[in-house]
Amino acid sequence: MTRADLLTVLPEALLALAALAALMWGVFGGKDRLALPILWATAALLAALAVWIAAAGEGARTAFGGLFVDDAFARFAKVVLLAAAAAVLAMAAGVLGRRGLLRFEFPVLVALAALGMMMMVSAGDLMALYMGLELQSLALYVIAAMRRDSVRSTEAGLKYFVLGALASGLMLYGASLAYGFAGTTGFAGILEALAAGETPLGLLFGLVFLLAGLSFKVSAVPFHMWTPDVYEGAPTPVTAFFATAPKVAAMALIARLVHDAFGPAGHDWRQVVALLAVASMFLGAVAGIGQRDFKRLMAYSSIGHMGFALVGLAAGSATGVQTMLVYLAIYATMNVGVFAFILAMEREGRHLTDLASLGLLARREPTAALALMILLFSLAGVPPLLGFFAKYGVLLAAVEADMAWLALAGVIASVISAFYYIRIVYLMYFGDEGEGLDGAMTPAQKTLLVVTAAVMVAGIVNLFGIEAPAAAAAQALVR
Amino acid sequence: MTIAALAFYVFAFTVVAAGLLVVLARNPVHSVLWLILAFISAAGLFVLLGAEFVAMLLVIVYVGAVAVLFLFVVMMLDVDFAALKAEMARHLPLASLIGLVLLIQMGLAYGAWSSSELAERLRGAPAPAPATVENSRALGLILYDRYLYLFQAAGLVLLVAMVGAIVLTLRHRTTVKRQDVLAQMYRDPATAMELRDVRPGQGLG
Repeated sequence: MTRADLLTVLPEALLALAALAALMWGVFGGKDRLALPILWATAALLAALAVWIAAAGEGARTAFGGLFVDDAFARFAKVVLLAAAAAVLAMAAGVLGRRGLLRFEFPVLVALAALGMMMMVSAGDLMALYMGLELQSLALYVIAAMRRDSVRSTEAGLKYFVLGALASGLMLYGASLAYGFAGTTGFAGILEALAAGETPLGLLFGLVFLLAGLSFKVSAVPFHMWTPDVYEGAPTPVTAFFATAPKVAAMALIARLVHDAFGPAGHDWRQVVALLAVASMFLGAVAGIGQRDFKRLMAYSSIGHMGFALVGLAAGSATGVQTMLVYLAIYATMNVGVFAFILAMEREGRHLTDLASLGLLARREPTAALALMILLFSLAGVPPLLGFFAKYGVLLAAVEADMAWLALAGVIASVISAFYYIRIVYLMYFGDEGEGLDGAMTPAQKTLLVVTAAVMVAGIVNLFGIEAPAAAAAQALVR
Repeated sequence: MTIAALAFYVFAFTVVAAGLLVVLARNPVHSVLWLILAFISAAGLFVLLGAEFVAMLLVIVYVGAVAVLFLFVVMMLDVDFAALKAEMARHLPLASLIGLVLLIQMGLAYGAWSSSELAERLRGAPAPAPATVENSRALGLILYDRYLYLFQAAGLVLLVAMVGAIVLTLRHRTTVKRQDVLAQMYRDPATAMELRDVRPGQGLG
């Protein structure tokens, strides 16, 4: 342990210390009255860290004997997930009081979850991977069940916890098999041992178990069962968080694991990832059709989108990883926008997420309806919006890697899923005017909704230049 | 057979048997007692391996603290284990079938098991040579030096667990009257009492 090690983990260390300080401030300074100040301070810190990491980091460094890796790939993922977490906190601020979530532990737990995610994407060792994953997951289990007087929130937390523990168990078993083969848990060591000879059957078992455990975290089919229930049952600010940052972190973690540790076994894990991708895309597209609840619909939407991101990974190339990262960044942006709207859905002071309540929204809230329409079209992948370029990128990477069938499956699934996105647009513009909504959006929610929608339109010029950092990130990972 | 080998078989057999009985015992309190036996036998195995420090930790921490805590939890929780077991029995056929299939698959994997040629060297890499440093120092070197990052991360995970337990269970009751010791101590006659002269026959009116 040297100065250089500590300097490498400086952003993480700062976030950890800030979370501890916020906890102390909350406990001794006035409990839940401080919830909002702590929440805004946490959001500001997360945003500042995102800007700092984006601006300052360069090169690739490892710390603590290879346990922690700071390279372009980790930095790209960190910037996306920190920005998403900060945005979710900012848009949750206005509604926490009304949803029984105004507790100072909420922002602290979100900060610790973000810390866990940063550790995940920087993991250079199976043990570091597990520590980051558990830190993130434990914090998420707690905030899912945070509204403990609500049966559904408690159920969501418990369901997520039990299934998450099972997934962790599977993953640990896979890790132990990998250790048994390589004699080390370090990614570099596993890579070295793999490069020296053939991939034995036992290690394949380990790889599949690791992928199964991690697929649970990104809710890829067939490990998706928890997603709709947890999305629906958890308080909406928490659902908004679930749909953005953790997905980005877990997907980046899978990419890091398969490339950094299992790179030479590419032909083995690419089959598994391709299967997960196809199943996720189709289930997300088909099962979303019958949904009547916006949050549940977003759960199936996220399953489908994770399938598309996995397509990029299944390509197994640097282009594949690059398009996957771009996809994740765009996905997180779209979800922030849509959830900014969902958070504000209210009738007579009561939060509701029924799709029917959106009937003829365009008459009463033309701006919000227009922004939501753009976001939904983008989620569906309709050109010329940004969501189209995200999908186009991953499918093109699959074609380039001689997996045209995968790209074809993606196109079909995308067309099917367009139905439920466009149905919402239909409801907003031509639907029946039911009782409708009467809630007002907070300034932060309105800004995020409009800005993300504008990004979907304006981004088609040059994707805001994120392709170059994504390419650098992919180069850092795929060697 | 040497004494060491005999001791190994005694301890190893006891660990396995006690572990089985933990799962099979009908009374949960008995399960915890069997668990304590398993811990102590495992400590014996550690002594045989030359890891005295870990053996002592196992006895002090696990037997002394964790198992006793378990005992308290089992005795205080009012769980109807018979009902739980009946519930489990319903799923037993399917579960055992899946378990069997998994077991066969694992068996196949172990049958074809092979380690990398580098494994032996890499496995020994993190730990200092056992002949040069004593037990607790070697443990400290790994835990607090080489794996400091993981150690701190584990600390944060435990912190989250603690915060989570408090968030999900603590209720501030507003209807309960609490004793405020400081307020009691700072009371003085000047503020707590009022002396009045009461004239006979007139009252305080």
